Amino acid sequence: MKSNIRAAILALFVAFMLTIMPLPEGVREFRPDWVTLVLIYWAMALPSRTGVTVAWLVGLMLDVTHGAILGQHALGLTIVIYIVHLQHQRMRVASLVQQAIVIFFLLLLKQLIVLWVSGIVGRAPDTWLYFMPSLVGALLWPWLYIILRDLRRKFGYRVRF
Amino acid sequence: MQTLFLRGPSVTLRMIILVILSLVLMTVDHRWKHLEVLRNTLSYLLYPVEYVVDLPIRLYYWSEETLKSHQSLVTENRQLRDLQLQSRVQLQKLDILEKENERLRQLLSATPKTTEDHLISEIISVDVDPYRQFIVLNKGSKEGVYIGQPIIDAHGIMGQVVFVNAMTSTALLITDVSHAIPVQVDRTGLRSVAFGTGQTDHLNLKHIPHNADIRVGDKLISSGLGGRFPRNYPVAVITNIDRNAGETFIEVRAEPLALLDTSREILLVWTEGREQPVPEIETPPPAAEADKEATDEE
Repeated sequence: MKSNIRAAILALFVAFMLTIMPLPEGVREFRPDWVTLVLIYWAMALPSRTGVTVAWLVGLMLDVTHGAILGQHALGLTIVIYIVHLQHQRMRVASLVQQAIVIFFLLLLKQLIVLWVSGIVGRAPDTWLYFMPSLVGALLWPWLYIILRDLRRKFGYRVRF
Repeated sequence: MQTLFLRGPSVTLRMIILVILSLVLMTVDHRWKHLEVLRNTLSYLLYPVEYVVDLPIRLYYWSEETLKSHQSLVTENRQLRDLQLQSRVQLQKLDILEKENERLRQLLSATPKTTEDHLISEIISVDVDPYRQFIVLNKGSKEGVYIGQPIIDAHGIMGQVVFVNAMTSTALLITDVSHAIPVQVDRTGLRSVAFGTGQTDHLNLKHIPHNADIRVGDKLISSGLGGRFPRNYPVAVITNIDRNAGETFIEVRAEPLALLDTSREILLVWTEGREQPVPEIETPPPAAEADKEATDEE
């Protein structure tokens, strides 16, 4: 179990790196929400360890990363992880494509919550490109899922599914 | 260890508590800005991530400097020395003008102009948010950086610091959607406020009447009103004026002079009332003094 947590922290660290890595102009808008994707995976794989509290704390970190209002991403991530929690057994048995579709709507929900808060303080971006990260994230999900599963197995697997 | 069914109600309860906590946190953060301590603590955790991301870029600059040939270094050195000589000559003139200005101000018994301190800082290559215009600097509260501190580059004002941690700080550029800077037209003294648009290449000037004396090519300098930015620094140059007769005000677009997306090194400015903790006061070159006396004799 310990090693699983180590794997989760490593994956999150890399996710945060990918989140702030500089990208060329024009591609920046397409960057998927790596942290949310990785956290959804861990909430599916280790629901007993990756709870809503962890999601909230990671969300706060994400707020600091994005220079957003504290609580903005935390709110979105908490709600998304809560849904994953309720549905994780159903999501695990779904095929990768079906999972990707669910992931798309989860990512979209999180973006909508973040957009809602941005809108209240009057900083909402006015372009449809804003929702591209959800699409890109969902498209990347099958690969991410396999990579993270292999990572988790490499670090020793106790939880099997 | 693993339970087949998670304790449902407790997760729901926790979720509800956390949602309420988020809402409270957002309200407090947005209205009163009392959460800097929490933000700073969390950003300590983030610092290694930023460091690792910036490492390859720093390595690139470092190798570029280290692996340069002797010949190119000598050439560069010579060029820089020439440039320094030129700027020093210009500075001499400026020095005299400044002294004269001070004297005249004293004659008019106007408030004396305050001096400013500068500190060079590097931009850490991290991408904060594609829809906001943030940059991360490698100087923090250790060096005395404060919230609201203006940052400039060699060409003009870039923005202001919005978050400060111990080792890094985050600055908002003047082109961010939530940013506005009080400016003045260099030629006529017409005052206005330049609003960011979210695009790095233009600012909007608002509330300028139809009969205002403003032209394409006019330079905008900071007016210093509001007390946040120092006075008389170049900000932008006007690129487009749209005089639509149906509108109450004309639409003025300006392009920032600072190289907002290419500068790697920037200057932090300590304005009046703010002291830099480690003062680095440069003594004026003796040549300037001698020159001044010579002109006085004339």
